[in-house]
Amino acid sequence: MRTEYTERLKNLKIKLLKMGSLVQQVIEESLQALMQQDMEKADTIHLMDDRIDALELEIEVECMNLIALQQPMAKDLRVIGTILKAITDLERMGDHAVNIARQTKLIGQEPFIKPLVDLPRMARLSEEMVAKCLDAFMKEDVNLAREVAHDDEAVDEIYEMIYTELMEMMIHDRGVMNQAIHLLFIGRYLERIADHATNIGERVIYMVTGERVEIN
Amino acid sequence: MSKISVKDLNLHYGSFHALKNINLDICEREVTALIGPSGCGKSTFIRSLNRMNDLIDGVKIDGEMFLEDQDIYQPDVDVVSLRRRVGMVFQSPNPFRKSIYENVAYGPRRYGIKSRNQLDEIVERSLREAALWEEVKDRLKSSALGLSGGQQQRLCIARALAMEPEVLLMDEPTSALDPIATSRIEELIDQLKKEYTIVIVTHSMQQAARISDKTVFFLMGEVIEADDTQVIFTSPRDQRTEDYVTGRFG
Repeated sequence: MRTEYTERLKNLKIKLLKMGSLVQQVIEESLQALMQQDMEKADTIHLMDDRIDALELEIEVECMNLIALQQPMAKDLRVIGTILKAITDLERMGDHAVNIARQTKLIGQEPFIKPLVDLPRMARLSEEMVAKCLDAFMKEDVNLAREVAHDDEAVDEIYEMIYTELMEMMIHDRGVMNQAIHLLFIGRYLERIADHATNIGERVIYMVTGERVEIN
Repeated sequence: MSKISVKDLNLHYGSFHALKNINLDICEREVTALIGPSGCGKSTFIRSLNRMNDLIDGVKIDGEMFLEDQDIYQPDVDVVSLRRRVGMVFQSPNPFRKSIYENVAYGPRRYGIKSRNQLDEIVERSLREAALWEEVKDRLKSSALGLSGGQQQRLCIARALAMEPEVLLMDEPTSALDPIATSRIEELIDQLKKEYTIVIVTHSMQQAARISDKTVFFLMGEVIEADDTQVIFTSPRDQRTEDYVTGRFG
């Protein structure tokens, strides 16, 4: 029944996955650019973000078309509603990757004021959260969606640590202030990325159960 | 508040078990939509609300159906006065071959109202309530058959309202109408629910979603799920409801 409609819904989900994997990639590359202080790479991040933005628009148009032309109900409606919300979260994550690249360029080739250990950890966790919430979406797995929220706490903790550490460094040595602020911003962007992944996790729970939850 | 309360209702047409253990409350001054595939029992159910099924040979009904505190299937119930309290509008408009005025005045007249003034008042009130007055006030003496389909259906609604019913049953009232006439009837239903309890059978799920407060899903003579319309169309509990409202039934 409703073969074409079912097919279009399926393709929509696949497009969301594609957007998600681009987002994972852009986060990873923005972190690589930072770690390797690779300015050329930092310059390419916004190009990837453009692709993410284009995909967001494409998915949104398709969602609106399905709503207008196919009158989705019940679960189908929740799936489309979830996708519409999720693309906004994914798009924001892409923007944050661009912000990270921008901070990276501001740091430039200046030697790091400390070895960067926690930021890559945060980035890895955030990336995994993106993968996990999309996996939860595809598998309609509530437990997996809840795990994302749990991971968010870990990201928040690391951010707290980075914050305190950089604050202390700035108090003791005003000379590090410039770079410390850039690094703080990067930490903040990664923390926001994790929050957006948590939002998607919450939407997935609604999509599957029909119940709205606020996890964090 | 519950206007109609159905308890363990079973209905057989001969050996066919058409309604199975129906338990349902219909709330006062709300629109309750009955949905489900053809043959699911929704029309049988709506007709049982004013004992229209009594007219069919071989029907056997047991269980209880309370209109407020009266079990309408008790033998001492006067069916004519029951149908006065529970009016009905059918799928295709069926005005009498009479004037617009006489169509509306017919019921009250049969109930013994003879005063011209009183009848005039009833006709005007009913036509106003049915959102038809402005269109027909200058041609009340013309034949009802000269009205458009949508107007005829509103006339039938006015005819039902002339009896001052408490409950209005509507069996697919817009299935023969174009989208504009349909939306006028839908708007009217929204107005009427301030005064009346409305039960509507519809094959259009969008219509049920648009106009009803509660939705009841019937399948093979059973009530599968009854809940707030919003719940039925966004988060139904039963997989069969889900399959039906998403169009994947079958």
